[in-house]
Amino acid sequence: MTTVANGVNVQALLDAREVLKGAPEAAQFTWRAAAKWNHGVHSTIKVQSFFGLGQEQSHKEESVFEADHPEVFAAEDNGITPIEYLIVGLASCLTAGVASVAQNRGIQLRSVEATVEGQHDIRGILGADSDVRNGYNDIKVTFNVDADASRQEIEALVAQSQKRSAVFDALTNPTNVTVEVA
Amino acid sequence: MERAAAIVIGAGHAGLAASHFLSARALDHVVLERGEVANSWRRERWDSLRLLTPNWQSRLPGHHYEGPDPDGYMTVPEVTEFIQRFAKVSSAPVLTGANVTRVRRTGDGYHVATSLAEFRCRAVVIASGACNLPAVPQLSDAVPSSVEQLTTFDYREPARLPSGGVLVVGASATGVQLAAELQRSGRPVTLSVGEHVRLPRTYRGRDVLWWMDASGVWDQRHDEVDDLTRARRLPSPQLVGTPERATLDLNALTPMGVNLVGRWAAVRDGQALFSGGLRNAVSLADLKMDRLLDTFDAWAMADGRWSELGPPERFASTRVPESTRLQLDLRSGEIRTVVWATGFRPDYSWLDVPVVDAKGHLQHDGGVVESPGLYALGLPVLRRRKSTFICGIEDDARAVIDHLAGYLAKRQSS
Repeated sequence: MTTVANGVNVQALLDAREVLKGAPEAAQFTWRAAAKWNHGVHSTIKVQSFFGLGQEQSHKEESVFEADHPEVFAAEDNGITPIEYLIVGLASCLTAGVASVAQNRGIQLRSVEATVEGQHDIRGILGADSDVRNGYNDIKVTFNVDADASRQEIEALVAQSQKRSAVFDALTNPTNVTVEVA
Repeated sequence: MERAAAIVIGAGHAGLAASHFLSARALDHVVLERGEVANSWRRERWDSLRLLTPNWQSRLPGHHYEGPDPDGYMTVPEVTEFIQRFAKVSSAPVLTGANVTRVRRTGDGYHVATSLAEFRCRAVVIASGACNLPAVPQLSDAVPSSVEQLTTFDYREPARLPSGGVLVVGASATGVQLAAELQRSGRPVTLSVGEHVRLPRTYRGRDVLWWMDASGVWDQRHDEVDDLTRARRLPSPQLVGTPERATLDLNALTPMGVNLVGRWAAVRDGQALFSGGLRNAVSLADLKMDRLLDTFDAWAMADGRWSELGPPERFASTRVPESTRLQLDLRSGEIRTVVWATGFRPDYSWLDVPVVDAKGHLQHDGGVVESPGLYALGLPVLRRRKSTFICGIEDDARAVIDHLAGYLAKRQSS
């Protein structure tokens, strides 16, 4: 169908879309992460199993993430800040989207780079001003894409990638969150 | 029990076009109409509405606009009159006041129950339209009772709303039109904008729908469209028919004072929460509009029309506030009314034949429903992109009635 090689198996995704149209229950996934407090504001988070396509699934390997806060927060900086994990997710999700859409549209990519900047007023989390929210006030993603395509086509790739992005949706729309003590 | 070869359900432009072709083939039929001819236009539309298509595009089989203003847009009474006249000139056998309550399959055809009489027939054409009920999202249930809620079926004119702020939900043709007139009436409007289709009213001096027609975009067949499901649920374009032929996109609403927010995502503790993704919604619409204009230009060049048209135009990107509002307290009194301009859905509650999918859409292939002898007309992209427009019905009705006639003939000879 297409001769471009961005390394995305678009056919498999298109096939899955067709299959799952008639099997919504198989499309229900559960993603999991398990955190363990170490010391101070440092914790270690492990991710391996998830549920999907009607059964338990597993990544090939367990991934381990360290989360802490930087020294300017009077912490030990054993890892990145939790709110930074959000922009890690956003950048990787949008970049994956650009590659997938490009593959589907027959656009050969040479390089894709995204930089993300999240504006965060920490007076919120410190409780210094009740009018300031805890989370990001603004997030800006800047893409540099080198591809066999016009600027308009590249802008369309980036726009379509946002339209189909799980993390973009999770950040721009409210989500019901329940936190309880087991 | 009355008998007919075919029953047509609905005496709007689609049902009457079906009747026209049935009559041309001398197939006996009855057009069942729950109210009067052009009923939805009489009862379910707001006062200021005009057709989106210019008058010269008001073409039905054997009947077309002949007035003095081919570039104008018909008002609702004019559309009603136009369809009424079509019913007369085509001598359509319409039975008014016959509300269809049930259609079920029998051995050799269908049984159609109505509020007036019962019919047996061998074929049924469903032409009851795609806009029978307003589609209002579930989150409307969570809107505090102090805020009045209206759908486009209830809305008539701004003066009937309480004074004070209005939250208009949806930025397709209906939403942008109501946002503009409500804002002009002195009611501050917040417009919640999801995915939408942006179009200029005119391009290179011609109506944008002239371009859709002439360049062949509207003629694209349902089996040539890449993603038919998506094409069939494409929202109506941001257009209005006014004597000034003015564009009514978001860039026209902002200077009027309309406040743009993202898609309405949830209500939490009386707060309306809007998506922070408005910027991408407008980017997608801007990019799609530019691609369409590129298509128009390419056609004009290839077709040798370039010199008779004005110079190519590209329109300013849609401006959105630097940072859009993400929440609005519905209990504060700022918003007195919510107007749902979130589209329509068809009503097939009377159709006792298993041809409607889980989402409430009739399953059909170019108007041919899987149940033998059952047909549909007047649905989005039924056979071509122009299917829901008045000028799109002739080709569709001819093809569908051809198929129906072939089916009846085959049954007779077997």
